[in-house]
Amino acid sequence: MIGAMHYVILSLILFVLGVIGLMVRRNFITVLMSLELIFNAANLNLIAFSDRLGNLSGQIMAIFIITVAAAEAAIGLGLIIALERLKRTVNLDDANEMRG
Amino acid sequence: MAFLSAHFVAIVFYVLAVLAVAGGVGVITFKNPVHSALSLLGTFLAVAGLFVLRHAEFLAAVQLLVYAGGIMVLFLFVIMLVNVKRVSPESAFLSRRAPLAVIGGVVLGALIAFGVLAGSLGRRGGGAAALQTVQGHVVGNTEAIGWMLYRHFLVPFEIVSVVLLVAMIGAIIFGRKDAGLEGRGGRMEP
Repeated sequence: MIGAMHYVILSLILFVLGVIGLMVRRNFITVLMSLELIFNAANLNLIAFSDRLGNLSGQIMAIFIITVAAAEAAIGLGLIIALERLKRTVNLDDANEMRG
Repeated sequence: MAFLSAHFVAIVFYVLAVLAVAGGVGVITFKNPVHSALSLLGTFLAVAGLFVLRHAEFLAAVQLLVYAGGIMVLFLFVIMLVNVKRVSPESAFLSRRAPLAVIGGVVLGALIAFGVLAGSLGRRGGGAAALQTVQGHVVGNTEAIGWMLYRHFLVPFEIVSVVLLVAMIGAIIFGRKDAGLEGRGGRMEP
């Protein structure tokens, strides 16, 4: 029997993969993909608990998260375009003007 | 065959879970961003299947349309626009601080897992029926979500439209040529 706990563990694995990707990768595009992994992990949790508790609100929250993730992807990819135009690179280590 | 029918949901869950995790590992290990994007697509598809297993059919469709259809195409377009060849391979892939990051991530995951296993998951509710009924009538998941969204979550729904508008304006401003970001010779002014 597959319960909510299976989904929580799977979501945890996806979240940790996303966090590791955020820390390890220096390519802005791949960092944004890791963020999408984290969003998906959150959605899995919401759906699993929506089913377990018999409450539809979790699915509504997942819809909102998908919407915000789409907005975040649009902003992030716009930032990539601007960074590439400014620095001719998408490597995050090269964007260090704000380092003190 | 009896084993297959008795454990169908579990088998499908484990297949999809392995696919999702393999896609996630691919995202953070492939050198080429296009390969990362394609394995992220695999994760999206697997997660959509997992949504169906939890009686969230409408969200599975939204996941396919928005993530696999929209966001993935956006990623691939940007990868095409940006010259990824300029990213030197040694800095694109795992750097020397990678082991530290992996250890940190695993420790974070272990802490969260400890918290999850020590806590309780909450009382089991009405199950699938509660996700498909409106005022006592059995309708589909989509209709139930529509009722919930427009009766109880109308204000957040409208606010999300403002969020999308702001994101659209921001993306347009970032993408403009005369955004004031460029100095002489492509370098930032001091």
